[in-house]
Amino acid sequence: MSTQSRSVHRWKDDPVLTVEHMSMRFGGLLAINNLSFEVGRGDITALIGPNGAGKTTVFNCVTGFYKPTEGRIVARHGTGAQVAAVEHATTKGKRWHSTDAGAVFLLERMPDYEISQKAKVARTFQNIRLFSGMTLLENLLVAQHNPLMVASGYTIGGILGLKSFKRAEKAATEKAAYWLDHVGLIDRADDAAGDLPYGDQRRLEIARAMCLEPLVLCLDEPAAGLNPRESADLNLLLRYIRETHGTSILLIEHDMGVVMEISDHVIVLDYGVKIADGDAAEVKSDPRVVAAYLGVDDEAEIDVPEVRKDLIEVTGRTKKGAGDE
Amino acid sequence: MEYFVQQLINGLTLGSIYGLIAIGYTMVYGIIGMINFAHGDIFMIGAFIALATFLVLTTILGITFLPVVLLLVLIVSMLFTSAWGWTVERLAYRPLRGSFRLAPLITAIGMSIVLQNFVQVTQGARVKPLPPQIEGGITLMSGSSDAGTISAQLSYMQIIIIGTTFVLMVAFSLLISKTPLGRAQRACEQDRKMASLLGVNVDRTISLTFIMGAALASVAGLMFLLLYGVIDFYIGFLAGVKAFTAAVLGGIGSLPGAMLGGLLIGLIEVFWSAYFSVEYKDVAAFSILAIVLIFMPSGLLGKPEIEKV
Repeated sequence: MSTQSRSVHRWKDDPVLTVEHMSMRFGGLLAINNLSFEVGRGDITALIGPNGAGKTTVFNCVTGFYKPTEGRIVARHGTGAQVAAVEHATTKGKRWHSTDAGAVFLLERMPDYEISQKAKVARTFQNIRLFSGMTLLENLLVAQHNPLMVASGYTIGGILGLKSFKRAEKAATEKAAYWLDHVGLIDRADDAAGDLPYGDQRRLEIARAMCLEPLVLCLDEPAAGLNPRESADLNLLLRYIRETHGTSILLIEHDMGVVMEISDHVIVLDYGVKIADGDAAEVKSDPRVVAAYLGVDDEAEIDVPEVRKDLIEVTGRTKKGAGDE
Repeated sequence: MEYFVQQLINGLTLGSIYGLIAIGYTMVYGIIGMINFAHGDIFMIGAFIALATFLVLTTILGITFLPVVLLLVLIVSMLFTSAWGWTVERLAYRPLRGSFRLAPLITAIGMSIVLQNFVQVTQGARVKPLPPQIEGGITLMSGSSDAGTISAQLSYMQIIIIGTTFVLMVAFSLLISKTPLGRAQRACEQDRKMASLLGVNVDRTISLTFIMGAALASVAGLMFLLLYGVIDFYIGFLAGVKAFTAAVLGGIGSLPGAMLGGLLIGLIEVFWSAYFSVEYKDVAAFSILAIVLIFMPSGLLGKPEIEKV
């Protein structure tokens, strides 16, 4: 596998998550239409598209918030596409199947709490959803609920203060402290999460998702509302997460500077349909992407001088972002 | 003075029972935002299970050593009443969870009627007596007045009730503040969907909330049985309404509030009966509630809901 060369589409060979022929219908509205894409293991994959393209709906389907009307969503632990295991689980009506090579999970069949605990797919929200009345530390401990629940002997041991529970609680607190430290909020561990400023709340939400030890981290517009410095910090944090924890990141982002700078793989949606898929350079030059972003419905119209000027402005700006690498 | 101390003790005893029931109301309200009107009847079922267990242990199994009997009765009635609480949630509330807001409220009232009538039909409508089991007490102080000697007595029964309530409250606060389950419950209170996305099994957490509420109500049922010695199928109604009042007075959704509200309602009732008139004790309790709610709409310890924009 060629991990170095980004021009080779390695997400085809080693996808940690695949969405296959997924459709999502809300009454008469077809929000997602026959969408298929792969998320490469260890990649930062960006899902972009104009407002209303269906990006958040994709996230909602992947994380169990909605059940897709049709299609298959597979998460894979262990390397490779594991085709046989996926087929086995699909035909046998199982929610997951483990083999020596790893395990595959059919997310569309799993309730949301299993998707985060078993399949290890975590997410954050565009409109931040922290437990605002609880402390930062408690927010991160809730994300470690299941192992702690077992360690507490399903609560009884917790009340009695058993040693094994105290040890597990200590380990969980240390993990929480590790992430609080990495998002720069360790000093405020005992404050209520709702009291944090906006940018800190965004980072806390990422820290909380990381406490699930996810294999895939889905971030819904993590840079929305951040100032340039916070945005740059966020890029560093995402890179750190990918490099040190091997977590694959799938993000929705509107800031093309961020997208082009950090993504290995970009998928473009418009009206619930995939219009482009490739690395940043490929997508950037795709005329359909340009058309979708500028709101023209025909490639030919790009020849209009005004549009052309806009186009240069946009691609010029994105090039600058990519140039920082 | 002796009279006052005596009433204080009586009020605390009654208030403990109300408080234990009120916790069930406040917890369920906190986590799913509904008033479980069947909770008073769960308390009544607890009292009946306690009585049945007591009779089985003493007359059929012939166990006469009272502490052992009471401990067994406590455990058995907690287990069975929890099962009832769980069943009610599973049958009547969970299927309606995505429904409009009033639906679970209506089934709750329906469940309350079902439970009352079930017990009335199977156990009969007449009151069930239990002779006093724990007698005697400690005389705290005595003095004489125009009417003869007056003394403030703290009976062993009252010690047991107040003591048990205290121990349960401590265990319970620990559970809510320190254990993963309590944390999950608080998380579900704030954002059920998010808790679920973080791996918390929300349905199970809600079930456990009902189970805990029912277990505490069953303890209250056992205490009621031992304190008053008579129970019937209708005791759940008034006790339920009083405990609900206590929960609202303390600030619904707040656990310390429920306990405080319970104690206050107990004290108001007892002092009103002692110094004014017995007939109007309920009026007094509800009037205080009305007055508190006028000036503190979210109760004594409740947090006002502020939508941060």
